[in-house]
Amino acid sequence: MASIARRSLFSRQTVRRSSRDAIRARYFPNVVLRTHEDRPVRFYDDLIKDKVVVINFMYATCEGVCPGITLNLARVQKLLGDRIGRDVFMYSITLKPEQDSPAVLNDYVAMHGVGPGWLFLTGDPADVELLRRKLGFVNPDPRLDADSAEQIGNIRYGNEPRQLWAACPGLAAAPWIVESLSWLYDERARPSGERR
Amino acid sequence: MFNDKDTGDETTGFRLPSGKFDVPLVVSDKVFDENGQLFFDLFNLDGILGDKFLVNGKIQPFFQVHPRRYRLRLLDAGPSRFYQFFLTDLNSPGTTLPFWQISNDGNLLPKPIQVTNVLISVAERADIIVDFSQFAGRSVVLENRLEQTDGRGPNGNVRPAGQGDHLLRFDVVLPPVADNSQHPATIAKFYDLPTLEPPRVTRTFRFERGNGQWQINGRFFDCNDVRFRIKKNTAEHWVLQNNSGGWQHPIHIHFEEFQILSRNGQPPQGTQRSRKDVMRLGFNEEIEIFVRFRDFVGRYPQHCHNTVHEDHAMMLRWDIDETGDLNTEP
Repeated sequence: MASIARRSLFSRQTVRRSSRDAIRARYFPNVVLRTHEDRPVRFYDDLIKDKVVVINFMYATCEGVCPGITLNLARVQKLLGDRIGRDVFMYSITLKPEQDSPAVLNDYVAMHGVGPGWLFLTGDPADVELLRRKLGFVNPDPRLDADSAEQIGNIRYGNEPRQLWAACPGLAAAPWIVESLSWLYDERARPSGERR
Repeated sequence: MFNDKDTGDETTGFRLPSGKFDVPLVVSDKVFDENGQLFFDLFNLDGILGDKFLVNGKIQPFFQVHPRRYRLRLLDAGPSRFYQFFLTDLNSPGTTLPFWQISNDGNLLPKPIQVTNVLISVAERADIIVDFSQFAGRSVVLENRLEQTDGRGPNGNVRPAGQGDHLLRFDVVLPPVADNSQHPATIAKFYDLPTLEPPRVTRTFRFERGNGQWQINGRFFDCNDVRFRIKKNTAEHWVLQNNSGGWQHPIHIHFEEFQILSRNGQPPQGTQRSRKDVMRLGFNEEIEIFVRFRDFVGRYPQHCHNTVHEDHAMMLRWDIDETGDLNTEP
């Protein structure tokens, strides 16, 4: 039994692809989005590649958990100070691209005191839906998956070149979100233990 | 791991199989990528299932044993799969092969109980005694027959014997050796269960999914948030609720062992009558447990032990102090 497993797992015929490329191919479609400043950006090339990022989904007219999460992320942005746009990039993607044009998102940005280094993004509905699924903002129960509130509670954060990705609740205490992020861009801030 | 009764020497105390006949079996499942590298899907929040099964870190191993009794210490090392272990003779899969369960989560049962299978969720442990003398010259397989197709929990199906996951093959090919361990059937008692007492408070915990992650009583974990305080030297009842037909959760409570008082209104039977520290909370189940806290103070967590749920906020912190509180839904 063991020998069969070993042959298929470690065959030298296997084409070698880096794990970074495998993760990119699996999770980061390079779709074109538009920023709240109406600038086109490619999701992987322009937003993710070589960066530490924070990603969440929202929409401008959402009244449930959205405002609280946006305010919480604004606290995160403040706490990160000048690291935002340099060490850490923040992206909020609309779940309702049909109604959230760049102009609508630009108004939202102004209303919520969002600073530079944090982009709000819209795009083709099919591309946005693809991103939502690829990034795992999904619920296996179709009824709950259709409920936008279920997709809005999460924050993804990660270090693309280091291939470190995690998620936390959007309403987690802002200082804890900042500390978790610091583990991604600052080796010295990592809790004790081996470097992964 | 041992004490004055469970001595690690099969000629003393309870005379349980000892030394090289006392073997931990740590069971887990992993995903490998096309390069043979371990892969962990960091974008999956439901639970991770592997397609390769490992026992003590080896894929599909075999174990040459002597025809005598062994104590096997089963641990479900996760990250998300539940197991229902059977012994199967693949040449005669229809034959039921009973064995003896002697412990739950590291606590000896009141006495050994003969069983045909053991069902454990992530982080649960069960020690079993298997007498391989009945299989001398043959092989038997440790088989998981519980069906689970995603990280949410097993789907309730038990596959036919021989058609489950073959985790470990025992080859009973080594020569006969002395067996000084006691036959489990003749062990009348290990320990009585600790006596119960009226609770100071009954607290309820709902384990649920909300806002895309995992919650207890509608809230996410914050390690600075003391959700409730227990008065030291008191007993409490805790009601663990899963109002979902879609998820199962292995609930791990730190620091003290507990006893099951009722499971969906029914008193515990058989091997469920024991001290435990992980509770398998099935679909739509409600389980009431008794926990007694000793004279230690400090900070402790309880959490779902599906590692993916645990890492995504299904955890809370409680403290033990001099005064405690009476919060019934922390």
